[in-house]
Amino acid sequence: MLVDLFKYQFLQNAVMAGLLASVLAGVIGFIIVEKKMIMMSGGIAHASYGGVGLGYLLGIEPIYGALGFSLVSALSVGLIKRKGGTDSDIVIGLFWSLGMALGIVFISLVPGYPPNLSSYLFGNILAVTQADLLMMVVVAVVVSLIFLAFFNNWKAYLFDEEFSGIRGSGVILLEFLLLVMVALTVVALIRIVGIILALAILIAPAASAKLIFRRMGMRVVMSMVFGVVFMLGGLSLAYSFNTAAGAMIVLVAVVFYIVVYVATSFKLKRRVG
Amino acid sequence: MNVIEVSGLDVYYGSVQALKDINLVVRERDFLAIMGPNGGGKSTLLKAILGLVPVDSGEVKIFGGSGRKSRRLIGYVPQFSSVDRNFPISVIEVVLLGALKPGLSFFHKFNRSEKLRAVDLLNKVGLGDLKDRNISQLSGGEFQKLLIARALMTEPKLLLLDEPTASVDMSSSQDIYSLLGELNKEITIVMVTHNVMAISSNVKELACLNLGLVYHGDPELSEEVVNGLFGCPVELVAHGVPHRVLKEHQEGNHVS
Repeated sequence: MLVDLFKYQFLQNAVMAGLLASVLAGVIGFIIVEKKMIMMSGGIAHASYGGVGLGYLLGIEPIYGALGFSLVSALSVGLIKRKGGTDSDIVIGLFWSLGMALGIVFISLVPGYPPNLSSYLFGNILAVTQADLLMMVVVAVVVSLIFLAFFNNWKAYLFDEEFSGIRGSGVILLEFLLLVMVALTVVALIRIVGIILALAILIAPAASAKLIFRRMGMRVVMSMVFGVVFMLGGLSLAYSFNTAAGAMIVLVAVVFYIVVYVATSFKLKRRVG
Repeated sequence: MNVIEVSGLDVYYGSVQALKDINLVVRERDFLAIMGPNGGGKSTLLKAILGLVPVDSGEVKIFGGSGRKSRRLIGYVPQFSSVDRNFPISVIEVVLLGALKPGLSFFHKFNRSEKLRAVDLLNKVGLGDLKDRNISQLSGGEFQKLLIARALMTEPKLLLLDEPTASVDMSSSQDIYSLLGELNKEITIVMVTHNVMAISSNVKELACLNLGLVYHGDPELSEEVVNGLFGCPVELVAHGVPHRVLKEHQEGNHVS
């Protein structure tokens, strides 16, 4: 694969996309794992399918439609959660299905042959274009900057939201910033692993780092490193076995997590016993 | 000026009334323990003081004000079960977070004097040696003291504690009370507890809450008040000693 990497633009794009996705998954993955926002992120990802469908129907780039839908659903979930009166679990579940349903309806309204949507559902890292890469760079820079710029505020918010709120440390602003960051990240990941598989890419690196490292900065950095390993590992396996890249990346990530889990739980037992 | 002034406070959760016509005044350097059964409205009163629940009628004033600014004078110590003890953060970092300014701070770094003050406070609560530990390595009592240190970092004029000795062992609980007694020389303290046994001799005043304020006064309870409060006989508090062995009581719907 290494020789081909220098030969083919699409492979270079794929590797670049993998690196950018790892940065995103490191930051956002860490936050959603600590903040227990995994289902919310899954909901936002799936809701974006409605935007893909709408994009096809209106003849605009489907990924922009996905971006719109994921932003709207993220902010709606945030607003409803703030307002109270119902469990955010319920809202997330409904948005999850609603987005998919809208996508299917929009697609069936598209005249002529239905487009092939599997690249949005399962990703296609080998088809990443320069325009996609540009979008990913922008998202990665924006998300990382917001995280680094307010690092201490994030730390306070993630550790003890109630206390931060009482101290007036911008909790509501952080919450909505976070929702926007999750929506952006999910859309950036759709290109690589797709709507359905995006969740594993967000969770597995951060969850593995959580089992091994104790410091916040270390966890974020190592989540990124694990992300790179999963991306490149999955990509080269897919290349050798001629299988779907997104799915291989997810397999590598989940197997890695399981191995770390088993290894650390043995160590834990020895320490206790 | 009164530290806390609650007048005619009613709070509803939907159609359920959680607090009924509460009138309560806390003065400078008081050490007030608010006691009552679970579901009696203690947490709600605490949240009303902190401005976290909407008030249906009446008002809450902190140092004469009711806005966000006056609430920043409160050093809040949450119940430790409400905080994630597995969060990847060190002891000293937690204390430093108490020094964060309001609003978002762009590329914020804690300065030298803040760091020194954090170390001082950790020494004060007896965690000086553990400052670089991860919080997951602390015992329950140590973690509670850490939350007190963080609250002190905010330079409060009023310390508000939610069940500071719940799930803490006897000797840590004694430590915490003597620490609070020491702090009380300079700041006003209000704590909430459902544990009758937890009332220490450092507590100067007692308020009993069960929907309404049943009692407010010296920390000596008559059997009548306690029975009215918990709906069943419970231990009575003898004054002046930290640990009380009290009258037998039967199992019932009171809290333990």
